[in-house]
Amino acid sequence: MGEVLVVTSGKGGVGKTTTTANIGTGLSLLGKKVVLIDTDIGLRNLDVVLGLENRIVYDLVDVIEGACRTKQALIKDKRFDGLYLLPAAQTRDKSAVNPEQMLNLCEELKEEYDYILIDCPAGIEQGFKNAIAGADKAIVVTTPEVSAVRDADRIIGLLEANEVRAPKLIVNRVRPDMVKRGDMMSINDIIDILAIDLVGVVPDDENIIVSTNRGEPAVADNKSLAGQAYRNITKRIMGEDIPLLDLESSQGFISKVKRIFKL
Amino acid sequence: MLFDLLNFGKKKASKDIAKERLKLVLIHDRANVSPQFLEMVKGEIIKVIQNYMDIDEGALDIQLTKTESEDGENYVPALVANIPIKKVKDSGK
Repeated sequence: MGEVLVVTSGKGGVGKTTTTANIGTGLSLLGKKVVLIDTDIGLRNLDVVLGLENRIVYDLVDVIEGACRTKQALIKDKRFDGLYLLPAAQTRDKSAVNPEQMLNLCEELKEEYDYILIDCPAGIEQGFKNAIAGADKAIVVTTPEVSAVRDADRIIGLLEANEVRAPKLIVNRVRPDMVKRGDMMSINDIIDILAIDLVGVVPDDENIIVSTNRGEPAVADNKSLAGQAYRNITKRIMGEDIPLLDLESSQGFISKVKRIFKL
Repeated sequence: MLFDLLNFGKKKASKDIAKERLKLVLIHDRANVSPQFLEMVKGEIIKVIQNYMDIDEGALDIQLTKTESEDGENYVPALVANIPIKKVKDSGK
């Protein structure tokens, strides 16, 4: 019996889709069978982040409406064994799916796959309600900015109100240099405010843009620091106790960066 | 320029400003997440107070707001209740 995780944030542009793509790919690299579902109907993007945009035949709405079998719509990633994508429909809107249908789909997929990761759209409307309907657990993505943390707090409240218990936090795009000089909230500041458990910290890393350009998730790139952060998050999701990446001791960080660029 | 130099040592780190602003805005946001919350608090308070005095339930006003902390450096959340009393019951004396 698999587990359904929803990746959500409230605010747009904090890295939900990138996070979903990397954790999903990371889980498949560790031998798990994973389905990624893009629930951002009308604004799908998980397909391009994964580099699978040219292989879409059917989508989430086709599955919900019974226009195809679930298996037919799942795109098998040929680079990563065990990784499948169920893309969102691009020409429909959120009202094409309801929470009950999403719940049924999640229950069906849990029978056969180890992890079902749901990429939630921004906002707290219908799309959010659909995305969380079948979720066992939630991962809340935020960045060290006032607006993103505020929205994360709202989302945490809504998850609890909808009985998705004990959400876990990812702080994305951390800049250790700015934290050090007091111009960016630290991880502890954010945890202090949101009062939820941390599952990982991802540094702001140019490699993410490069890997999105190429459609190759950074988690598979051993030279990327963000990729390392995602590998650690993946292991924590599987229950391993992995210490946080040392971003703040500047020596360690700079020498790591130097090593990356000299290689 | 001179003003900037004089203030240089006192300037608050921007992350502390961010944290402070966030804490305040979240007090209000969190209260809004469940509108039933204040109603529940209100109901319980009425129950307790009615044991001792008659109050004007219709004019009762309860708000979640902020107040300066004792050291005067920060703001902290505060529950402010305005409860008009009609009559104090004899048993309370």
